[in-house]
Amino acid sequence: MEATLEKHHEERHAGLEGAKMGMWLFLFTELLLFGGLFAAYAVFHSVYAKDFEIAHHHLNRTIGFINTIVLITSSFTMAMGVWSAQTNRKNLLNLFLLLTILLGVAFLVVKLTVEWPVKFHEGLYPGGKEFNHFIQEGHKGQALFFSLYFMLTGLHGLHVLVGVLVLTGILIMALRGKFSSEYYGPVEVSGLYWHLVDLIWIYLFPLFYLIK
Amino acid sequence: MEVREAVERHNSYLDAKGLKSWLFTLDHKRIGLMYMFTSLIFLLVGGLFAIIFRTELLFPGKQFLSPEAHNILFTLHGAILIFLVIIPIIPSGLGNFFLPIMIGARDVAFPRINLLSYWIFVLGALMLLASLLFGPIDTGWTFYTPYSANKGLNVFIVSLAIFTLGMSSILTGMNFIVTIHKLRAPGLTWGKLPLFVWALYATSLVQLLATPVLGITLLLLGMENILGIGFFNPAKGGDPVLFQHLFWFYSHPAVYIMILPAFGVISELVSVHSRKPIFGYWFIAASSLAIAFIGFLVWGHHMFVAGMSPVADIIFSFLTYFVAVPTAVKIFNWTATLYKGKISFTTPMLYALGFISLFLIGGLTGLFLANLGTDIHLHDTYFVVGHFHYVMVGAAVFAFFGALFHWTPKMFGKMYNEKWAKVGWLLNFIGFNLTFFPQFILGIRGMPRRYWDYPVEFQPLHFTSTIGSYFIAAGILISLGVFLFAIWKGKKAPDNPWGGKSLEWTIPSPPPTENFEKIPVVKEGPYDFVKH
Amino acid sequence: MDIPFPAFLFDKIRRWGMKDNHKEHIVTPPVYLAVAIALYILTFITVWAAGIDLGKITNTIIALSIASVKASLVALFFMHLKYESKLLWFMITIPLLLLLILLALPIIDVLTRAGYFGMR
Repeated sequence: MEATLEKHHEERHAGLEGAKMGMWLFLFTELLLFGGLFAAYAVFHSVYAKDFEIAHHHLNRTIGFINTIVLITSSFTMAMGVWSAQTNRKNLLNLFLLLTILLGVAFLVVKLTVEWPVKFHEGLYPGGKEFNHFIQEGHKGQALFFSLYFMLTGLHGLHVLVGVLVLTGILIMALRGKFSSEYYGPVEVSGLYWHLVDLIWIYLFPLFYLIK
Repeated sequence: MEVREAVERHNSYLDAKGLKSWLFTLDHKRIGLMYMFTSLIFLLVGGLFAIIFRTELLFPGKQFLSPEAHNILFTLHGAILIFLVIIPIIPSGLGNFFLPIMIGARDVAFPRINLLSYWIFVLGALMLLASLLFGPIDTGWTFYTPYSANKGLNVFIVSLAIFTLGMSSILTGMNFIVTIHKLRAPGLTWGKLPLFVWALYATSLVQLLATPVLGITLLLLGMENILGIGFFNPAKGGDPVLFQHLFWFYSHPAVYIMILPAFGVISELVSVHSRKPIFGYWFIAASSLAIAFIGFLVWGHHMFVAGMSPVADIIFSFLTYFVAVPTAVKIFNWTATLYKGKISFTTPMLYALGFISLFLIGGLTGLFLANLGTDIHLHDTYFVVGHFHYVMVGAAVFAFFGALFHWTPKMFGKMYNEKWAKVGWLLNFIGFNLTFFPQFILGIRGMPRRYWDYPVEFQPLHFTSTIGSYFIAAGILISLGVFLFAIWKGKKAPDNPWGGKSLEWTIPSPPPTENFEKIPVVKEGPYDFVKH
Repeated sequence: MDIPFPAFLFDKIRRWGMKDNHKEHIVTPPVYLAVAIALYILTFITVWAAGIDLGKITNTIIALSIASVKASLVALFFMHLKYESKLLWFMITIPLLLLLILLALPIIDVLTRAGYFGMR
């Protein structure tokens, strides 16, 4: 009996420091997960520079810009959320978590209802009409550009989605009053994850929307 | 003393009964055992496949297997034994069991994640098996493109399975690193960590940092198969060599995921069973980290004939030689530890000695392959097969069995039968050399790997190799039999049968649920045997 | 059996000993706001800079440099890296180094490779 009680304490033994270290280590793996795709991007961009430049004109720079602003803002509200928890401002914590979630959802909505449907309509997805056309015409680099675009923004979007779900869980816990200035580890740790998602987008934006 | 006996009688981690007490346990010892037994089952499965296709290769021409079936069997043999056995069995199995005990902790840093990691592992294994329903894959465990790029659903599912197994591996690595950083007992400085723990630390780093790249590579391979994204398909402008770059960025370091824990085990065995302090503690510890790091720089030596540029060939060949330095440091230090030691030829010690000799051969033949010129002759021949089996089976599996017998008394509080365990060892050692040494000769004479048929003049060597594999099968069955019999009916083992100094020997056998009555304060190092 | 209790206490003491329990540095809202504004401005700058033709390589370097400054701001302040331990700083260099290797070596291969891509 004591032993099981002990177990429950165990998870706290590593403490906030341990949890943060664990999350950082996890973020390293995320970095290298995207790293494989970045390597593919680097290789194909260096070989098909011209094709990439032409292909990127299909993307809507304004939408990319708006989404960048949205994600940066969400990172800011997330950071404010952590501060609210640290200083025991529970209502503010709820508010900032909610804002962060909404901004994350906004990012996804823009991506899924505005940006991607246009690309699908134009047949720019792998296997699409225009995509196959690129390959037949010998503009293989343009096809690869869109493969990379969908893989990278798709994987990133998946991370945003996971982040939104995690933060929703955190918000529910927050609404139940689980967090205080004494205990806010989960808020901070999931915040770290959210910032990384933002950080990756910071690179994706110039790599796809601002090519010269 | 009274308290102690009470603990021994009333509290062991094996006390709780029933399936549920195992499946949902948060106890690192139970999770470790579940990993180990899962892997052992797959060891038998993967081994069985090898026996089947080795039997086919007894004579030239068709015996009973079609070429297609042969391709499927060697693919499954490789994929199962690498991803489900050799990678997890020491770190996730024995490491899970002993890491917290060896650092004086009650559990790993995140017990829940530990359990989650196990179940993700099981899920991945099941997915791998489920892929068989969609037509077994025959790509080899390396999944080279473009052959694997348009196979369809089965490659997609296998790649998802490996991705899932990778997630489990990442979570375990993360857990171990935090555990080692945060949960060491007071007084247990980095300089007093058992070398097995150092090895696990290095392994965890590699698991953590290399596995995601495999994950994304196989994810892309899966996408290639169902969406046709074209990254690895020359017809769509992609580059098959890029697949190999990304694949080996993980899979070369993965070799060190398999061998580093084995190194750690051997450091324990050699020191404890010769009753001598380990020679050059810091060199061994540092060489583990050095191997982990250099391991990330050398992946290109798998690709010398893949169409990489000569510049890259030369860079990778040059870098590869550096791996020889830290591994040679280890071999030197183990032999120096043995020198004038009070060696007791227990089964664990025999496995350690077997390990050192086999790894030496495996390592030295690796140098042949690191060399650009000789590799072009030897690439994709049986020489390569011989080389990596010397490293992975001869070294990693031998280390596992050494560790298994070394720690059986601790894990179950039961002693194994020394005589039969030695018989198992002998069969393994003879069988191993019989199987794989002829493969070096076959390779040098030009026998390509993964071929279903061969010219008549290779027949004696192939025949010998197959006979050897039967010896290994017998050896493994006997060893596992000895192990299971020990659990079932073994004599009661003392708490410290080998006179070890690291923390796991200070607690009762089998360990209590919470490992330690009181978190120990560590004053002595793990290898402070009296000098003689 | 009251064994776990003293053990638990011991763990606590150990954590104090390792300075694990020190109060975290709390970054204040003005700092966060300043960082956010800096990020907005840098986003404008990077879009603006992309409009000027300085040659492919220079443009790419500028875009990636600005992105790296932004990423550093996020990591240092939003992710509190500035206030983290030396250990973490050291740890972070490892994946970054590996990322560099992962990008550099395949690029070296492709750029020095005749043949396959040379068709273009």
